[in-house]
Amino acid sequence: MTGAQILIECLKREGVEVMFGYPGGQVLPIFDALYDADIKFILVRHEQGAAHAADGYARATGKVGVCIATSGPGATNLTTGIANAYMDSIPVVAITGQVKTFLIGNDAFQEADVTGVTRPITKHNFLVRDAKDLARIIREAFYIASTGRPGPVLIDIPSDVQMQDTEFIWPEEVKIRGYNPTYFGHPGQIKKAAKLISQAKRPILYTGGGIITSGAHLELKGLAEKTNIPVTNTLMGLGGFPGTHELFLGMLGMHGTAYANHAIMGSDLIIAVGARFDDRVTGRLDAFAPTAKIIHIDIDPASISKNVKVDVPIVGDAKNILGQLLEEIKKGPDTGEWLATIESWKKKYPLTYKDGGKIKPQYVIEQIYQATKGEAIITTEVGQNQMWACQWYKYTHPRTYISSGGLGTMGFGFPAAMGAKLGCPEKIVFDIAGDGSIQMNIQELATCVANKINVKVAILNNGYLGMVRQWQELFYKKRYSYTKLYNPDFVKLAESYGAAGIRVSKKEEVRPAIEKALSIDNTVFIDFHIEPEENVYPMVPAGEAINRMLGGLA
Amino acid sequence: MRHTISALVENKFGVLARIAGLFSARGYNIASLAVSETLDPSVSYMTIVVEAEDEKILEQIKKQLNKLIDVITITDFTKKEHVDRELILAKVNYSAKEKNKLENILNKYLAKIIQHKGDAAIIEAVGEQAQIRQLLEALSQFGIKELVKTGRIAMAY
Repeated sequence: MTGAQILIECLKREGVEVMFGYPGGQVLPIFDALYDADIKFILVRHEQGAAHAADGYARATGKVGVCIATSGPGATNLTTGIANAYMDSIPVVAITGQVKTFLIGNDAFQEADVTGVTRPITKHNFLVRDAKDLARIIREAFYIASTGRPGPVLIDIPSDVQMQDTEFIWPEEVKIRGYNPTYFGHPGQIKKAAKLISQAKRPILYTGGGIITSGAHLELKGLAEKTNIPVTNTLMGLGGFPGTHELFLGMLGMHGTAYANHAIMGSDLIIAVGARFDDRVTGRLDAFAPTAKIIHIDIDPASISKNVKVDVPIVGDAKNILGQLLEEIKKGPDTGEWLATIESWKKKYPLTYKDGGKIKPQYVIEQIYQATKGEAIITTEVGQNQMWACQWYKYTHPRTYISSGGLGTMGFGFPAAMGAKLGCPEKIVFDIAGDGSIQMNIQELATCVANKINVKVAILNNGYLGMVRQWQELFYKKRYSYTKLYNPDFVKLAESYGAAGIRVSKKEEVRPAIEKALSIDNTVFIDFHIEPEENVYPMVPAGEAINRMLGGLA
Repeated sequence: MRHTISALVENKFGVLARIAGLFSARGYNIASLAVSETLDPSVSYMTIVVEAEDEKILEQIKKQLNKLIDVITITDFTKKEHVDRELILAKVNYSAKEKNKLENILNKYLAKIIQHKGDAAIIEAVGEQAQIRQLLEALSQFGIKELVKTGRIAMAY
């Protein structure tokens, strides 16, 4: 078999059903092999779209997302998407063509040192120099991408290796001596954690993307209910605990709810699970949760005690460890008084907005929530649209909130929605976008229409790069330096691609427009002309303690 | 503060770049780095001397190194019984008149002249960092024209 045929055979054996990509000179042999393969191939319009679509597919399904691009510019166009997957620990395998082995290092046409470029933004990467190594490398790549703390793995394959004939040997097992993730929590640490939990007076569960990755949502719910401990989520953790649950405090951090931030700051025990004390969560580090002891559960030892000092570290898989804790804890602490305090915060500082005037973006998201009965997969772009989507849609299932958390990549949501829809065709997939972000990968309209990928895009169109404008308003004396946008007519633009477009400029049109979009069997852009200078509140200014929130609403 | 750690790594191309890249990307400082093949040709041994202000940074460095797929094991010599050595080559001014004086110093530090030509001699010395420092202080009276050091290499018991 040729290297290209081996690649396709291996992808099939790894269970790959769909892949995203773009052809080019150095992947011609692979594309030739793809021509006959029973793998669904989605031709995107820009390689960045392929990487984000593979990422969105992985987030929605839990499977490994696969994307492919040619050497040089094809590969460098993937890099934003790879970095995005890396920051959010998403299993993606990226395949790139490379110039022929004997040309490597010669500044050949469309050559770039892609393993060099992607070294700091992949979990691991490979340059294949011999087709004999290909099957082993592909197995290792899928294994590394999807186990431990997941992440993207890149395989760079020179075109002569793709053409090289060799015997195909499928490696039955993968063994990498330098890679042995820990899955079960140390029993001694579990005991210590259980003791701290049962003695706590003001405990809080602070949980992140690790709950979703490990599928620990039921264990988390079980633990919270057994111990009566309230739960706050990071952005990546939304959907890991039911947004409608009475113990749920919403998201914490820079644009978190006031009551979540007050609760974590006033707690005496933080049980962090699959979260990494990111700066958007902790605010000013030396002022963060001064009275709290910390139990930190994470599969990545390097995440523990990186930003905050931890009292009880537990390395392992969240699902296993929460299961171990559930067994170990016989009786939860008495949190009645603590929950009453939190309830008073909820009453005093509710998440709210002032309605009236032009369409409010929060209202749009509430209406999307109601129209989809909370059952849609929501993807987002980055900025105000993303924060409002965190605050105003209640996520009740894991893998229903898909957003660029760590890297904060504008242009992520639309191709991610494509990937999510292909992975979960029975689900409604809504991208909540801004008028700035949507234009960063708007070319994927063609991909959606050509492949009949039915996604809905709600453009919260305020004519600004809204989040940057908000910072300029609050911290730069309203000097709106290059944040006012000239925009195309999004309705006509969608229509010119063969998609549908709806413009909405009045509040009473919001719900009917959403219902109409849901009834159209096509990709739909809904262009909501919203209040131009609406801000996201609450807001913690950068570098402040997270209970010092701006907004007058908090 | 300086700490000596060692890494057993896969002997593959690109591994050194991964380690060096990790240090630069995360803002850690390498004071010295020595790499060589081991008895097992598929494995390389790296001795890395790192600058770490506190225990937390050292811990992070070790954890981040361990995360690299090509790193097999990391050993921290900070609290471990071990020996470490570095090798230097120093070119010093040399004259027949001062030969005895120079040789006395060299004998004291188990150093030796490996070559001399005209008015210069190349000296080789192996030792712990403190010994090497003392030797160099003693040699400074002759005038050191050139100095090359290997990174530190270390081995635990």
